[in-house]
Amino acid sequence: MHDTPAQVVHHHAPPTSFIRKHIFSLDHKVIGEQYYGLALLAVFIGMILSWLMRIHLAWPNAHIPGLELLSKNGAPGGVMTPEYYLQLMTMHGTIMVFFVLTTAPFAGFGNYLLPIQVGAEDMPFPRFNMMSFWVTFVAFMVAVAAFFVPEGPPLAGWTAYAPLSALGAVAGPGEGTGQVLWAVSIAIFCVGQLLGALNFIATTLDMRCRGMSLMRLPLSVWGWFITSCIGLTAFAVLMPACILLILDHVAGTSFFVPSNLVVNDQLQPHAGGSTLLWQHLFWFFGHPEVYIAIVPGMGVVSHVLITSMRRPMLSHRVLIYSMLALAFLSYMVYGHHMFVSGMNPFSSIAFSFPTLAITIPSTIIVLIWIGSLYGSKLRINSASLFALGFISMFVSGGVSGFFLAQPSLDIMLHATYFVVGHFHLVMGVAAMFGIFAGTYFWFPKVTGRMMSETLGKLHFWITFVGAYCIFMPFHYLGMAGNVRRYQAFVDDFMQPMLPLHKFITVAAILTGLAQFIFLFNLFYSRFRGRVAGPNPWEGTSLEWSTTSPPPFDNFGGKLPVVYHDPYQYGIEGATNDYVMQDSPEQINSVRDEK
Amino acid sequence: MATTIPEPPKLKPGRPPGPPTFGGGAEGVIPRSGGSLALDDSSPASRTGVWVGLAAISMMFAAFTSAMVVRQASQDWRHIDLPTILYLNTALLLASSCTIEVARSRFASASGKRSSVLLWMGVTLGLGIAFVAGQYAAWLQLRAEGLYLATNPSSSFLYLFTAAHALHVLGGLAGLMLVIYRLARRVPNLRGSTLSTVAYYWHFMDLLWIYLLLLLRIRL
Repeated sequence: MHDTPAQVVHHHAPPTSFIRKHIFSLDHKVIGEQYYGLALLAVFIGMILSWLMRIHLAWPNAHIPGLELLSKNGAPGGVMTPEYYLQLMTMHGTIMVFFVLTTAPFAGFGNYLLPIQVGAEDMPFPRFNMMSFWVTFVAFMVAVAAFFVPEGPPLAGWTAYAPLSALGAVAGPGEGTGQVLWAVSIAIFCVGQLLGALNFIATTLDMRCRGMSLMRLPLSVWGWFITSCIGLTAFAVLMPACILLILDHVAGTSFFVPSNLVVNDQLQPHAGGSTLLWQHLFWFFGHPEVYIAIVPGMGVVSHVLITSMRRPMLSHRVLIYSMLALAFLSYMVYGHHMFVSGMNPFSSIAFSFPTLAITIPSTIIVLIWIGSLYGSKLRINSASLFALGFISMFVSGGVSGFFLAQPSLDIMLHATYFVVGHFHLVMGVAAMFGIFAGTYFWFPKVTGRMMSETLGKLHFWITFVGAYCIFMPFHYLGMAGNVRRYQAFVDDFMQPMLPLHKFITVAAILTGLAQFIFLFNLFYSRFRGRVAGPNPWEGTSLEWSTTSPPPFDNFGGKLPVVYHDPYQYGIEGATNDYVMQDSPEQINSVRDEK
Repeated sequence: MATTIPEPPKLKPGRPPGPPTFGGGAEGVIPRSGGSLALDDSSPASRTGVWVGLAAISMMFAAFTSAMVVRQASQDWRHIDLPTILYLNTALLLASSCTIEVARSRFASASGKRSSVLLWMGVTLGLGIAFVAGQYAAWLQLRAEGLYLATNPSSSFLYLFTAAHALHVLGGLAGLMLVIYRLARRVPNLRGSTLSTVAYYWHFMDLLWIYLLLLLRIRL
């Protein structure tokens, strides 16, 4: 009775053609790798854009070789125009938020690992899954196409605030075709994410193997599942917002443009629209998006840390409930992005309260991590280092959120670099550290080979120190009144801040260069790395019960049966110090939650 | 100290331990010559999938609705009368929900015949196509009155809601055609869960349209 029942589980045969295997694949693992590859491409594009912006901020008249090739109008003679700075800023934010922070931790890792960790051979709707990637890919191509239209990409920021974003070419370079391409791209992206979320939810609820109760799901699965629930509602609101924006551009409607608006000395032929309407629709998506980026990281980091600590978290359930609370509250706080928008001050108070309340589950999660780490014999490796780095970045960036949650303080800080430092640390860098932790941890499973630990640790320390050198000073700059979204700091009171800006620029370039160590490690180890066994980290969850890399149907023609909670470490009397989820071994444990 | 029982917990009844069989399994496939047609909802994932999809569509229309409520507060909002053909279209859509239920009941009944299921699915498809054609006729009626997408915010939302709904109905029509195709093949391979999924979606289109019609009737 302890043998895994050999059920026949194939529901589609392994592909044989190259196109079906590697391009239009229905296999969730290939789709996960495709998402990861897309995010990798996107993150390097986004990083190069940030370099260009940082160089321009530190040395506004600097000639950047080759930039004129990207845009003759935006960088005549290689010197960036103020408008082009804003265009690059828009694309940096768009690429990073949508095509990196959403794509890699959620769609990339989730696609590859969620079905394996729940004990399924695939997702229930593999064609939708394939569509979700290719739709996302098309969205990326449409977004990047904005670089190559005559006026270049839009300059309204990744938030595309109306009325600037809704007026067309009259509002500035890129606000015509470029802005339409942006809106079309994001609307398409939403479709892809909705298809993905549908698959994630159905897989988690309906494809679990025998014995895999909800509480036996690894925390990483909970992270992806909760994120898919957030994404389902958030992207379903952003998509109609983009449709309305497109209609304002191409069909002459007035959803977001108010009457009697004069721009560039021209009275606009629109009437009656509401600029705040865009902000409401956008931030109803935008704030949950923060959790779409970070909650998968929370799950991944918890999973990695537990394996490295050789003990479960202080409370599996409380951590799950806290992530659920984050998801629920994420919809109630979006108005804190609009404290200075001119909305009713009472609304600000109403949004301030849940914003402060959302720090409670966040704090509980962090305390569980720290409490669990306390006294543990942590195995130090690249994955666990990046997991620790995630916590550090999340706490450092999160603390400044307490200040921004209060309208009276936010009025002072909102348009400054304080906010830039806050969200880059808590959402951007923390999520990136989660991606790195997951990459170092699961690389052996995906490729069958280990990544170089020496290069991994070097990558970690440069990135960790570098990220603080870049983003911590932003807080000081913000408190000193350094406004954001300015392309150059020419006012007298900003002159003393320029040396710090130069320091940040140098730190950004060096930290960015360190990412090539990661890239080299990724490709070198793929072919030359030490061969990894099926379970190099001595993990307990189901992905470690199968070969590295897993076969086409994940478990070699049969489905596993689960007998234990996901994290049975430090078990007295067990053969090793751990018991795998699908091991029928009888153990004594206070932790098994049936 | 508790002892772990080395037996996996039993899952809820009705939820099979493993994944459903896909494409061509024996269960849920109706016989070639139309003998007894047993309804087989063996794929809980497809049920979950359709509910999740409907949740997303609901959120989308909720966003459009909130946009309309906000936009209505401006002074340029004008009242317009709904084209009367919309009420006829509503009747067609409601009737199609009834016919798809007849098809489902024929599919589920022990004495159900394939030809009978096909007939009622065909009627449903015809009513669905007639509904979309009717919506198009409503747009022509609006144009004849000089009301275009950008004429005023009321007409913008009327076009927007009807077009967004019609696009979703087209998706439903594709589902209906898939069911008919699978049923009409020489060796039919229609699963009961597929039919149920398409039926849920179709009923939701019905409900959504009634909501939109009431909204437009009250607000425009």
